[in-house]
Amino acid sequence: MTSLLTLEGLTKAYPGVVANDDVSFEIAPGEVHALLGENGAGKSTLVKMIYGLVKPDKGKMTLNGAVFEPAEPRAARAAGVAMVFQHFSLFDALSVAENIALGMENPPKMGDLAARIREVSETYGLPLDPDKVVGDLSAGERQRVEIIRCLLQDPRLLIMDEPTSVLTPQEVEILFKTLRQLSAEGTAILYISHKLEEIRSLCDGATVLRLGKVVGRCNPREKSASELAEMMVGSALTPPSRASTDFGEVVLEVSNLSIPSPNPFGTSLKDVSLTLRAGEILGIGGVAGNGQDELLAALSGEALAPRGAVTLHGNDISQMGPTPRRHIAVLAAPEERLGHAAAPDMSLIENAFLTGADREDLHKNGFVKWPAARAFAEKIIEGFDVRTPGPHNAARSLSGGNLQKFVIGREVLQRPEVLVVNQPTWGVDASAAAAIRQSIIDLAQNGTAVIVISQDLDELMEISDNFAALNEGRLSRPRPAQGLSIEEIGLMMGGAHDMEVAHVEA
Amino acid sequence: MDLSAINPLVLIASLMVAATPILLAAIGELVVEKAGVLNLGVEGMMITGAICGFAIAVETGSPALGFIASMIGAALLSLIFGFLTQVLMSNQVATGLALTLFGLGLSALLGQGYVGIKPPATHDINFGFLTEIPVIGPILFTHDIIVYASLALIAATWAVLKFTRVGLILRAVGENHDAAHALGYKVVRIRILAIMFGGACAGLGGAYLSLVRVPQWTEGMTAGAGWIALALVVFASWKPLRVLVGAYLFGGITVLQLNLQAAGVAIPVEYLSMSPYLITILVLVIMSSDRSRAALNAPASLGRVFHASS
Repeated sequence: MTSLLTLEGLTKAYPGVVANDDVSFEIAPGEVHALLGENGAGKSTLVKMIYGLVKPDKGKMTLNGAVFEPAEPRAARAAGVAMVFQHFSLFDALSVAENIALGMENPPKMGDLAARIREVSETYGLPLDPDKVVGDLSAGERQRVEIIRCLLQDPRLLIMDEPTSVLTPQEVEILFKTLRQLSAEGTAILYISHKLEEIRSLCDGATVLRLGKVVGRCNPREKSASELAEMMVGSALTPPSRASTDFGEVVLEVSNLSIPSPNPFGTSLKDVSLTLRAGEILGIGGVAGNGQDELLAALSGEALAPRGAVTLHGNDISQMGPTPRRHIAVLAAPEERLGHAAAPDMSLIENAFLTGADREDLHKNGFVKWPAARAFAEKIIEGFDVRTPGPHNAARSLSGGNLQKFVIGREVLQRPEVLVVNQPTWGVDASAAAAIRQSIIDLAQNGTAVIVISQDLDELMEISDNFAALNEGRLSRPRPAQGLSIEEIGLMMGGAHDMEVAHVEA
Repeated sequence: MDLSAINPLVLIASLMVAATPILLAAIGELVVEKAGVLNLGVEGMMITGAICGFAIAVETGSPALGFIASMIGAALLSLIFGFLTQVLMSNQVATGLALTLFGLGLSALLGQGYVGIKPPATHDINFGFLTEIPVIGPILFTHDIIVYASLALIAATWAVLKFTRVGLILRAVGENHDAAHALGYKVVRIRILAIMFGGACAGLGGAYLSLVRVPQWTEGMTAGAGWIALALVVFASWKPLRVLVGAYLFGGITVLQLNLQAAGVAIPVEYLSMSPYLITILVLVIMSSDRSRAALNAPASLGRVFHASS
C-alpha cells in the first residue's frame, strides 16, 4: 500500500511549549485515519501544519511522493488538502454560496456555484439552500456548508477537526455514511476527535498523541474504548461516583418562559418549563445554538424574564438581575470562560471578588476587602487544584482546564442553592473534567439543585438524574437519565434535522 | 422675508456641491469599516487632504494635480493609522482620535503661508447643449468632474461590494477575521489597503472643500464634516446608496438653511446652522431604527484587534 501523505519527524515549538515533538505517521488513499488525543495534545497544531497555517520547525511532509511544504492554505488546497474546521471558519452575515466561494481557489459564477452546491448536496445527502444566510443555520447545517465547501474541490485528503461535537447522534450517523462513501471513492480522511466510540466505528488506523508526542499507533477496531482512553490519557481514569439520589422539595420552577434572543443570530426561548428539586442534577443537552446561552442568561438574571416565569421556593425572581439573584444563592457559571465567566486581564483575586463579593462578604461600605478576597481566591485555588503560580496571576494566563476549575470552584464554594453551569468541561482535559464533574455531584449530594447544560452527552449521562434537551429554543420534557437510549436522546435533540443518507452507491 | 428668491433648481444643483465632501469621506470610511476597521481619523485625513490639495494646486496652478496630491497626502496619513492599528495592534478608537488631532495640527502648520490666497478655479465640465435642457440641464449638467466622480464612486463601491470577489473577500475580512485568516486571506494587508482607500477618499473630499466649495484655505475649515461622514456610515447601515441619500440630505439642508438665512427668516441663525446636523442624524436614526436588521449589516469584526496567532 503506497501512502498518500507521509509525515516524518514534524516538530513545532512555541515559546514555553513543544506543541509537536518528532511526530511521524502516514495515511493511505481511502484510509480513515484517527488522530487521537486530549485537548492540548497537539492535534490542532499538527493539522494546521498540514493545512499550511503553521510552518513546522523541523521535519518533512510528503504528499503523493512529492515534497509537501504548503506556505499557506491556498497552496494546501491546490495540492488537494481540504479541512473542515471545528469553529471559526464561517461568516455569519454571508450566504451559504458566498461562504463556499470564499473557500475555493477559482470559484465559478454565483449562479453556477449555486447549482453545483445543490448537485453535490444532493449526491451526498446533505441538503443545503445556497441562498440562505449562514447565521440562520443550525450547527449541523453549518457543518454541511464546510463539508460541501471541501467536497467541491475534489480533495484527496479531507481533514476533519472534531466534527461531531455539534451534531445529534442521528446526524453523526449520516455524517459517517458520507465519510465512508468518500473513503470508498478514494479520499483519505484525517479524523480528529477524542470521542473513542466514534473512532472505533469509523477509522481504519489511529495515531495517539500525548503532550505533542506520538505515544501509540493502533487499529482502533481491535482495541476497547477504555484501552484507547488509557493510551490517550496515560493512566486509568476513575469515573465520578455518586452515593444516593434523594431529592428534597422543589426549589426552582420555570413555567412557560419565552424570551426573544438579544442576538440577531441567537435562538429565542419558547415556552420553556422545568422544575428542579433540592439535590437534583438536571442535564440539558442539545446541539449548540439551540438556546443554551439564552437559557443560562434567563436563569442567572442577565436576561430578565416575564413576571412569574422563574420562581424560587414559590417567590417570583423573574425580574431580579444577577446580583440580587446571587444574594439569594442562585448562581451561574457561563460557557465562555474568557470574557463571560472571567475577566481575562484581571487577576484571580479580582475575578474571585467579582462574583463572590456579596456572598463571601468581600466588601464593606463600597470598599473592597482585599485580604478577604485574596483568601477566597486562595481557597478556590487550593480546593480545586487550580495550577497557577499564585492568585495575582491574570485569568488569561491559566490554561483552559485550570481556569474552568477556578470558575466552577468559585461558584461551588459560595454555597449555592441553585447552580446553573453551561459546558462545565468544554476544552478541559480528562482528569480535570473528572474533578469538575465530581465536584458538581458532591454539591448536589449536599442538597444543591444543579442544572448542567452541555453538548457532551456522555458527560450528561454520567452525572445527571434527569435529562432534557433543547431544540430550537424549546425544552423537551425532562426524563430520568437512567435507561435512556442514545436513539431516544437523539430524537429529543431534534433527530436528524432533515438530513438524508447519501444517494450515490459506493 | 422673501422666500421667492430661493430658486429650487439652483438649490438642488448647489446641494450636490455641498454634499460632495462628506459623500466622498463617507464612502471611503464605509469601505474601511466593511473591512472591519473603525478609523475615527476621518476629520484629520479630510483636513490634511484639504491643505495638501490646496497647496499643490496653488503652487502648480493645476487643480487636477491638487486633487491627486490631496489623495496621496491623506492616504499617507492613513497609512500611519494602518501601521499603528494593524501591525502594532494599537487600539483603533484611540489611534483614530489621535489621527484627527494630528491631522488638524499638521494641516494648520502646512497651511501657514496659504491663508487668504485664492486657488486656481476648477471648471465645470462643458456638456454643450445638454445644459440647455430645462430642469434637468441646470441640475445634472453644470458640475465639475469631482461631483460626477463621487457619484460614480458610490455606484462602483456598491457594485464591487455586492458582485465581485474582491468585495466578498473584503466583507469576509470585516465579518470574521479569524475565519478569513484560517482560509488563507491576508487580513492585515487587505485592511491596510482599505484604510488607504478610505484615506484617499477623505483627502479628496477635503480638497473639494478647499478648492471648490469654499474655495480658500482657513484653519479647521472642515468644521466637523469628517464626524458627520462617520455618523453617516453607521446610520446608513453600511449601505452605499443610503450614504448617498444621507449626504445629499445633509447637503440639501445646509444649502437651504443658508438660503433661509439670506432670506431673513425669523428663526435664530444658531438654530438654522445646527439644522443640517440635527435633521440628517434624525432621519438616519429613524431609517436604521430596526436594530436587529441594522446589526445584520454591521461588520461583526468592526474595531476588534486581529491577532494572527489564534
